Amino acid sequence: MTGPLHDLLGVLQAIGRFVLAGLGSIGRLAIFAWTVLSRAVLPPYYPARLVEQMLVIGYFSLPVVGLTALFTGSALAQQIYIGGSRFNAASTVPAVTVIGIVRELGPVLGGLMVAGRVASAMAAELGTMRVTEQIDALSTLRTDPYRYLIGPRVIAAVLVMPVLVLVSNVLGVLGGYTLAVQRLGFNPARYLTTTMQYLKTDDVVSSMVKAAVFGFIIALMGCYHGFHSSGGAAGVGRATTNAVVSAFILILLSNLIITVIVFGS
Amino acid sequence: MTAKISLRGVTKRFGPKVVLNGVDLDVAAGESLVVIGGSGTGKSVLIKTILGLLRADAGSIIVDGQEVTGLRGAALAAHRARFGMLFQGGALFDSLPVWRNVSFALPGGRTAELRAAALDNLARVGLGADVAELRPSELSGGMQKRVALARAIAVRPEILFFDEPTTGLDPIMADVINDLIVELVRELKITAVTITHDMASVRKIADRVAMLYDGRIIWSGPRAAIDASGNAYVDQFVGGRAEGPIQMQLRRA
Repeated sequence: MTGPLHDLLGVLQAIGRFVLAGLGSIGRLAIFAWTVLSRAVLPPYYPARLVEQMLVIGYFSLPVVGLTALFTGSALAQQIYIGGSRFNAASTVPAVTVIGIVRELGPVLGGLMVAGRVASAMAAELGTMRVTEQIDALSTLRTDPYRYLIGPRVIAAVLVMPVLVLVSNVLGVLGGYTLAVQRLGFNPARYLTTTMQYLKTDDVVSSMVKAAVFGFIIALMGCYHGFHSSGGAAGVGRATTNAVVSAFILILLSNLIITVIVFGS
Repeated sequence: MTAKISLRGVTKRFGPKVVLNGVDLDVAAGESLVVIGGSGTGKSVLIKTILGLLRADAGSIIVDGQEVTGLRGAALAAHRARFGMLFQGGALFDSLPVWRNVSFALPGGRTAELRAAALDNLARVGLGADVAELRPSELSGGMQKRVALARAIAVRPEILFFDEPTTGLDPIMADVINDLIVELVRELKITAVTITHDMASVRKIADRVAMLYDGRIIWSGPRAAIDASGNAYVDQFVGGRAEGPIQMQLRRA
């Protein structure tokens, strides 16, 4: 068979292979997630590992998440002021800043920064353990790698991300407040009053839910790609890149889904 | 004689590549069996399949009369708990000091008790308390192997697997490791399976030798028979000759 029909079949085959590979990846990831969740709830537990991971993921991410929020909040307030001035709506700076930060920028930027820092580190560490047979060694030493290595990371990320995002939200609003008061001439007391007036419970709850979901995604992607890495140093490098890229995409996708569900109506 | 480990028709493939193609093998209790074979012939796959780290595609693996190929969950964990394994690169945990590596699989106890048990096992492999607090990265290759050996015997397993125990070591350190393996296997009355292509190891460690080639065990016999096996493949391997029935895949310019 030759000619256009042959070319068309070639294209269809390529699409089919791509779709099958994608579905296979989703299936493997779903099985991995189910294995992690089902084993994490059963003993033995590793509280010391959990605390260690909470420190690594949460405490050591505070500077990067905090600075990101502070700078972004300030820049956002400046842009809202410039845009709002065109419609005589410069006074909306406190309201739009707090809504923008708490609903979207706080959790999303916090999630992306933690993904860049933590998912890559998890993938690199577990990937190195995989290629040096340390994960196989765990299995021969009466230890379940899912419970010992992955469970504490996933649980720690889900627990600490809401706290990180809470800090991110506060610092983002503080950044906007500082710029608005110091540079744009807003009254400090009125700025804070307006901020609190427009901040709703739903905003905070959605922010925390997003943070927990992002934490799960970050740890899952870091662990999944690291745990299944192969091919020596190059394989670990690929796992690290894939962990960060897939975490970024899933964070942005899940953010959109949660936003539509919570605020779409 | 009932075999401690018995394999029949074990097959394992990775994609189109058939690595194990119907392996039949018996290991008697208390025996030290050495499996020889070239690089990439599936020796590591063989012991990882017995351990349940890899799943056999077909065939039967029986350990102490129990079929283990389909084990999952707690039953698989209980099966693995009977084994100790010395990995090729040591596979020590970088983030833990030596003594925690050695005591890793020991039942929970007070730190002092675990540390004492670790020191006892380190002493068995000729290492002193001075290495206990070091990280694996601070040890030489030979010391890492000895720590890994101490970790493997710490739980007093019934069966010990050694994956290329002397690879990457100088001849003297390799001989030290071989002596340790012989001593520990005899002293602790362990069934041992070693995979290696180091003939010095074979001559020191083995009670019996089996050769894996093309996914099958093509010869097995006592150590004393290795130089007069009557098998051209074994002769070529033991003699370390490029000429013979085993052809390496080399691309000529």
